[in-house]
Amino acid sequence: MQISTPIAVAEQRQGVMNRLSSLLYRKPNLYLSMLLIPPLVWFGAIYLGSLLNLLWQGVYTFDDFSMTVLPELTTANFTALFQPANFDIIVRTVSMAIAVSIGSALIAFPIAYYMARYTTGKTKAFFYIAVMMPMWASYIVKAYAWTLLLAKGGVAQWFVEHMGLTPLLQFILGIPGVGGSTLSTSHLGRFFVFIYIWLPFMILPIQAALERLPPSLLQASSDLGARPWQTFVQVILPLSIPGIAAGSIFTFSLTLGDFIVPQLIGPPGYFIGSMVYAQQGAIGNMPMAAAFTLVPIVLIAIYLSVVKRLGAFDAL
Amino acid sequence: MHSEKASLGLKIAAWGGLVFLHFPIFIIFLYAFNTEDAAFSFPPQGFTLDWFSVAFAREDVLESIKLSLQIASIATLIAMVLGTLAAAALYRRDFFGKESISMLLILPIALPGIITGLALLAAFKRFGIEPGVMTIVIGHATFCVVIVYNNVIARFRRTSHSLIEASMDLGADGWQTFRYIILPNLSSALLAGGMLAFALSFDEIIVTTFTAGHERTLPLWLLNQLSRPRDVPVTNVVAMMVMLVTMVPILGAYYLTKSSESVAGSGGK
Repeated sequence: MQISTPIAVAEQRQGVMNRLSSLLYRKPNLYLSMLLIPPLVWFGAIYLGSLLNLLWQGVYTFDDFSMTVLPELTTANFTALFQPANFDIIVRTVSMAIAVSIGSALIAFPIAYYMARYTTGKTKAFFYIAVMMPMWASYIVKAYAWTLLLAKGGVAQWFVEHMGLTPLLQFILGIPGVGGSTLSTSHLGRFFVFIYIWLPFMILPIQAALERLPPSLLQASSDLGARPWQTFVQVILPLSIPGIAAGSIFTFSLTLGDFIVPQLIGPPGYFIGSMVYAQQGAIGNMPMAAAFTLVPIVLIAIYLSVVKRLGAFDAL
Repeated sequence: MHSEKASLGLKIAAWGGLVFLHFPIFIIFLYAFNTEDAAFSFPPQGFTLDWFSVAFAREDVLESIKLSLQIASIATLIAMVLGTLAAAALYRRDFFGKESISMLLILPIALPGIITGLALLAAFKRFGIEPGVMTIVIGHATFCVVIVYNNVIARFRRTSHSLIEASMDLGADGWQTFRYIILPNLSSALLAGGMLAFALSFDEIIVTTFTAGHERTLPLWLLNQLSRPRDVPVTNVVAMMVMLVTMVPILGAYYLTKSSESVAGSGGK
């Protein structure tokens, strides 16, 4: 019998490890499945399982009298989405998501354009960090900052008063569908907060798309006699569409699912997110909440198939 | 290559955009030192550090900080393990279902948080799992995986596979190759991914609202504070702190991955 000295043990261990590693090298499928099983179990069982379970809950019956969920299958929850009260919520949320996407594209474009075309080296890095820091900064604190800014006697009001713009603000707040009684309870205020929070998600994909634009293309355009604005409208803008589309995936989807900002700023009235939250929480109607979550899923699927045609996925 | 100069209008729009992005953050920092104790009036009335000691003496604040740190740490660890495994599996070989797997990893951040949150809550309810620290961690880890995955897979793609083969040829076993070749190569990308995942988890509120039960993470504490105007100064101080905890990692991650092709954090939340 061999006495197992520490060295022998170590050698033995190494032998096992060696055999294991060569086995894994020779059988790449075994190696691959060993790597893949933990993440797949997590995502397959926990995440995908929960998602399917949720969609399944959408066809359950909610009994209004006993306030309980019954496992009887029904399509009532989905047809209820088209009742005027519910459909209003969907329209309100979707129009805000579209408005926010357009608004942030308009504000983001000059920033992205300047970043891509007129900055180099240190300035470019500075811009990059200056866009990424607010993007990663705490979401809830950013929303909170806006409640401070827009509050009565807050910063926004101070600026408006000192620049003598109060009549203008009153006029804008008076427009139906845009305004409200004060900035912090108006659609306009909510719109600004959404734009602020999602703006970096729009800037970076546009910048990336513009960065890939070959300079020779622009030179060719001007050699062929195009004026700068012609080059901009006919060459630069079309080629930046994939970036704008990619950015709008974020702004659209993030606005669609939000329920914190609508709760903090803007007029009363549910968003899809707040409706989901209210249905499952206070009311306990999980089937209706599940049916409501289907709306953003379907809308985003449609949206993705549209922007895919615009080349958004190549710009991500 | 850019011979022409930017027009004044463009310059103003670009720099103005940056000011717009940073002004609210500046306001948070400003108000944390404000002497006033109830209102949001502008300009601030005076400078004080008192609210910091008041905030840190509050039992509920400390508890929420502790809870958030604990959850972010565990979620980050899980995300780092799962994200690295997934990246190692997906970076090189093509196999059936590869596209679907990478889609699956992205799904938790591509779909709105309410869907992930509600789905997890419904599943926990079905299996009779009481919402608490563990359920929050499960939610956070799920959407943090993709952050680590994105960073690590970018690094894997830049690492030459022949290095690994050379190590094996020279007699290193799997563990040694991992320890001395793969890990040092990955370390800064892994660290960057981990920092971003930590910041993301520390700040997450939408999924957490559904999975938290009676627990109150720091963002939930903040949200709850917003309906209590009498605590404004304490809220301001905590808001500033949360801002710092989420902004500093992005700087760190940026410098750790600066030289590589794709920079950490650009993939979005």
